[in-house]
Amino acid sequence: MFAFLVRRLGQAILVMLVISILSFSIQDELGDPLRELVGQSVSEEIRNQLRDELGLNDPFLVQYWRFLKNAVQGDLGTSYFFKRPALDVILDKLPATIDLVVAATFWIILFSVPAGMFAAIRPNHWLSKLCMGLSILGISIPVFLTAIFLIQIFAVNLGWFPAYGRGDTVVLFGGWETSLLSLDGLSHLLLPSVSLASVILPLFVRIIRSEMMEVLETEYVKFAWAKGLSKYRIWTVHAFKNTLLPVITVGGVQLGIMVAYTILTETVFQWPGMGFMFLEAINRVDTPLIVAYLIVVGLIFVITNTVVDIIYGLVNPMVKLTGR
Amino acid sequence: MTLLNIENLEVTFPLRSGSVTAIRDVSFTVDQGERIGIVGESGAGKSVSAFAILNLISKPGYISGGRIEFDGTLLSELDESTMQQIRGNRISMIFQDPMMTLNPVLSIGTQMEESILAHRKISRAEARNIAVDKLRAVQIPSAQKRLKQYPHELSGGMRQRVVIAIALLTDPQLIIADEPTTALDVTIQAEILELLQNLCNEFNVGLILITHDLGVVSQVTQKIIVMYAGAIIEQGDTENIVTRPKHHYTRGLLKALPENTTPGEKLNQINGVMPTLQDIPHGCLFHNRCDMVKDVCRKVQPNLQGIASHSVACHFPISYEE
Repeated sequence: MFAFLVRRLGQAILVMLVISILSFSIQDELGDPLRELVGQSVSEEIRNQLRDELGLNDPFLVQYWRFLKNAVQGDLGTSYFFKRPALDVILDKLPATIDLVVAATFWIILFSVPAGMFAAIRPNHWLSKLCMGLSILGISIPVFLTAIFLIQIFAVNLGWFPAYGRGDTVVLFGGWETSLLSLDGLSHLLLPSVSLASVILPLFVRIIRSEMMEVLETEYVKFAWAKGLSKYRIWTVHAFKNTLLPVITVGGVQLGIMVAYTILTETVFQWPGMGFMFLEAINRVDTPLIVAYLIVVGLIFVITNTVVDIIYGLVNPMVKLTGR
Repeated sequence: MTLLNIENLEVTFPLRSGSVTAIRDVSFTVDQGERIGIVGESGAGKSVSAFAILNLISKPGYISGGRIEFDGTLLSELDESTMQQIRGNRISMIFQDPMMTLNPVLSIGTQMEESILAHRKISRAEARNIAVDKLRAVQIPSAQKRLKQYPHELSGGMRQRVVIAIALLTDPQLIIADEPTTALDVTIQAEILELLQNLCNEFNVGLILITHDLGVVSQVTQKIIVMYAGAIIEQGDTENIVTRPKHHYTRGLLKALPENTTPGEKLNQINGVMPTLQDIPHGCLFHNRCDMVKDVCRKVQPNLQGIASHSVACHFPISYEE
């Protein structure tokens, strides 16, 4: 296990290096930060002076090396717009995004597991067919459209839930703000989290269903029937545990992808998270913030994948987590 | 004493292109502690007959006729939850491929304990003791240690021993073994068969051994049933069937065994293939492959005739001069 983690750390550093090169190299293509920084009235001479001060006239490799040295020390540059360290800005927004992803994951697990299992066990039941039909619909409708529909129906027409913003938050230890612990926060969270879940949830239902149908046909499930076990034990222990293996692999990647989907959801719901911030940063050509965001998201991907591999190793006895 | 009595069993599979009768008019009995073998080619209906006993035929198949009586109870009339109490408890099964039979993500211990706990109201620790006992009975070394292991850590022969141990856990009266040695090495086959035979003797357990290998059954069983295209065509004491087969098909099977051929000569084989269930021929099921076929064979289906120790479904059975 220790060797596995060391090896994983090595891989993670490599991946992060590649991400940093990629994200750092696009920053020159995003427009002139000086224009956003100083406005129209500043003369070309002062602009050039500022460019020199910011190091924007240095060769790419020099700039990248400087960036890398700072990044290792936790300094991902200073946001032009906020005039604060980019990492601090992102970390301020991170709890809101985490809230959203946690709530969406909750919906996904809550509904996909029973729906997928039921659809596998009773494939011809009308409820299964309904689930499968809805899941096609869910996959097909883009997330921003779902979000707009939800706002129109539940916020505008019915007025049950607020249409934007984060509502009251509760501060946990270490200054971490969460909407999950206040009623107002939860009511603000409901629509955004449902719309974020709407794309991934159907995918999970379909994966669980098809994997479980395959497992139910295996010899060891037939043997379990012949052993006279109760059907609930066969479905939940014998079949579902084996169904989980591929679901974990695919699911881990999907959780990472969900971070990407938050950009759309957060924008529609004006949710003050990382995704919303990223879109604003692009509009403002706030390159340090953009680069920092890409690196943080890359890091989140690497961490989720490692956690997924560890969980997979725990569920599957045939996998030993080794350093090789 | 009769343990299992099957009369006129019929299993049907409704398909889109009309329904197919997988087995027809199958009747046989198993006495307490008796070992019988069911022999036939793939698709002859051996496994379907066995799974029908436990009402575990794969959907959409169902028992469309006949009765199955086990130890005085009509199994064909039991509801699902009572049936569940018989499965793996009073009637156990052993499957063909030990690589596939054990659940890969559950430990051997878990898979053994759950089998006991499903049928006995005892503690986990007691169940574990029984499991260790049975692992010793099937001659698995360091039985205690095995409980923590997973199927992939054991060899094929070991796994089949574990499966046999699972079948024995609840001291069943009958074990149905569906081709238990087909997936194993020849050397391991003999060991497993001997083990199975000894255990059935020791615990007085009835055994239904399903196989396509006449050589295998003749070593282990007291009675043999030969199935062909979903029906029994010959049945009787092992001695009679092996030395004096009356059906031309059975004789063909015996002749095809490598040990009955002179080395260097070509193996004997029966011409043609078994008819599929969709086009069962009129008259005798075997007539289009039989060397001795006469007109009557093409028109009239022969019934199983003879005595309990040897009966055959053939118009012109092979006769032996005493």
